[in-house]
Amino acid sequence: MTPSPMDPRPSSKKDRIDALASTAGTGTAVADVHVSAAGKVKDTGGVSLIASAWARLRRDPVFLLGAVITILFVVLALLSPWIAPNDPTKRMPELLKDLTPGNIPGAAPGFPLGSDEFGRDLLSRLIGGARQTLIVGVFATLFGLAGGITLGTLAGAFGGWIDSLVMRIVDVMLSIPSLLLAVSIAALAPEPSQWTVIIAIATVQVPIFARLLRGSMLAQRASDHVLAARALGVTQGAIVFRHMLPNSLGPVIVQSTLVLATSILDAAALSFLGLGNPDDRQPEWGAMLGTATRYIQDYPHLAFYPAACIIVVALGFTLMGESLREALDPKSRR
Amino acid sequence: MLRFIVRRLVQMVGVMVVLSLLLFLWLRALPGGTVSAILGERATPASRAAMEEAFGLDQPVHIQYFKFVGRVLQGDFGPSTSVLPGTDALDIFLQRFPATIELSFFAMVIAIALGIPLGYFAARRRATFFDNASVIVSLVGVAVPVFFLGFLLKYIFAIKLGWLPVSGRQDGQLEATRVTGFFVLDGLLTREFDASWDALKHLVLPSITLASVPFAVIFRITRAAVLEVLDEDYIRTAESKGLTAKVIRGRHILRNAMLPVTTTIGLQLGALLAGAVLTERVFSWGGLGEALALSFERRDYPVLQVVILAAAMIYVIVNLLVDIMYAVIDPRVRTR
Repeated sequence: MTPSPMDPRPSSKKDRIDALASTAGTGTAVADVHVSAAGKVKDTGGVSLIASAWARLRRDPVFLLGAVITILFVVLALLSPWIAPNDPTKRMPELLKDLTPGNIPGAAPGFPLGSDEFGRDLLSRLIGGARQTLIVGVFATLFGLAGGITLGTLAGAFGGWIDSLVMRIVDVMLSIPSLLLAVSIAALAPEPSQWTVIIAIATVQVPIFARLLRGSMLAQRASDHVLAARALGVTQGAIVFRHMLPNSLGPVIVQSTLVLATSILDAAALSFLGLGNPDDRQPEWGAMLGTATRYIQDYPHLAFYPAACIIVVALGFTLMGESLREALDPKSRR
Repeated sequence: MLRFIVRRLVQMVGVMVVLSLLLFLWLRALPGGTVSAILGERATPASRAAMEEAFGLDQPVHIQYFKFVGRVLQGDFGPSTSVLPGTDALDIFLQRFPATIELSFFAMVIAIALGIPLGYFAARRRATFFDNASVIVSLVGVAVPVFFLGFLLKYIFAIKLGWLPVSGRQDGQLEATRVTGFFVLDGLLTREFDASWDALKHLVLPSITLASVPFAVIFRITRAAVLEVLDEDYIRTAESKGLTAKVIRGRHILRNAMLPVTTTIGLQLGALLAGAVLTERVFSWGGLGEALALSFERRDYPVLQVVILAAAMIYVIVNLLVDIMYAVIDPRVRTR
């Protein structure tokens, strides 16, 4: 069935999201029939979509590269206080003595990347920044997921006027370019902080997750196993939460890998526009890059290092998400 | 066809009403608010009350909303408070509008001219070095923060190599005649070709920066669409009929693959507005994106209103046009 039978509109962002919902996995088994040498048809019992996806992913260099980058990033974020050679928040006396209004000291013994604009160790700030960057990415994604799953489940489980109402809200949110929406929400905060940035980025993701989930929930609603559960007298709540929701989460999970990347990029954009977290005691790559653009004429390296970190990590998440999507897409299983 | 257009127009009006309500609520919720923005630190309770009365802020919310809609429909957004103090916000908008359109136009031309052919060839040579390389380039294109790409290009090509201008839309010393506000076009119309050339040189770096994301998206959608079409039975039929490669490419592959690409291009036009905020800031472009960034920084609410409202309207209208175009290309859509 089409994911959105109620929506006559042919195109736009919404349809792209719906198309995603129909591609990625639903967790149902696909019979895998082999013809053995003797000519007899042997049923291998079927391989689940997830198992076959994993078998492909294990050999996919794109996925492996993305996974390695992601794992390294997470390990760095978790262990950063022990890896960083210096305290990323402390102004180092060795660097401060050369720090004048016209000079930001470069590499020095013990400080391979030199100083930031306040005489703090740039290398330690980059290592420490991994943790805050991960926090921004993960929480923005989680909040976006939470909002999107709530709305999507409401719409997909009940249908009818609740569905129409929720989807109209989602449509209006999608009708504003995403960065503008994030900027508008960030501007509402009287005092910008890490959390206002996270909330602004998360809000932009809510309609995308909601629409994705609703699309696959609707497909589940019409499926045989839900009909069977209903015939057995399973309660509505149990059908929604134990039968429909778990089977609909595939595309949402794929999308969240990609959202991790965009959240980190959006956080950098907000910082650049002056709507980021002004408190720089806890370094975060996006904020570091945003501030460093002020000194970019004379000290391009201050912007270059955090930008390189962001690009590598965003690429890692994107590679992983794209190969996951392709592996879970039944159409590309040929 | 007409019914389709009318239905979409009605839907668009609905979205605009909700958007205007959201904009109104949003403006009220912004920290500081209009009164504080104008009075600043010196506000006394008495002067605040006087100002609130002058702005009609003491009236019930729904009356305020209808007055707000009335003002918006008349194009009366009030004078700018800090971007260009005293100038009418609508005038600031109109003056900067061509700059953003010119930049977006060139960015979109670059993105389409590169994205569609590359996407097509990558799909035809699937899993070759060319395909893998261009997919990786497009993924990197999405992973690079737009404004950093702008600074990087500016640093290399304008500051270090000095090949291209650092910022702005045109060299001020040229004193070019203004006709439409589109600098390249103006130069052609007034036969000041050096002015056009200079404007083009100023356009190179910003439009490449702005084109990076739409290029990556158009490339990948084209590649996916062509791959899908290549698998269709009618392509095999066309090949076995002995049609020439040129006919198959033009009539069978591209014609069908262009459907999703059209939608994507429309969507990316809207997203260009967001990218322009970042790009124009990097290159001091003097367009709407820069005005938006500045009005956020300096809390200039009249300018903010007009730009946000215009951005949302352009986005909605572009989407409508894309839908109509889609219905023209694909007759199946109309009957759905």
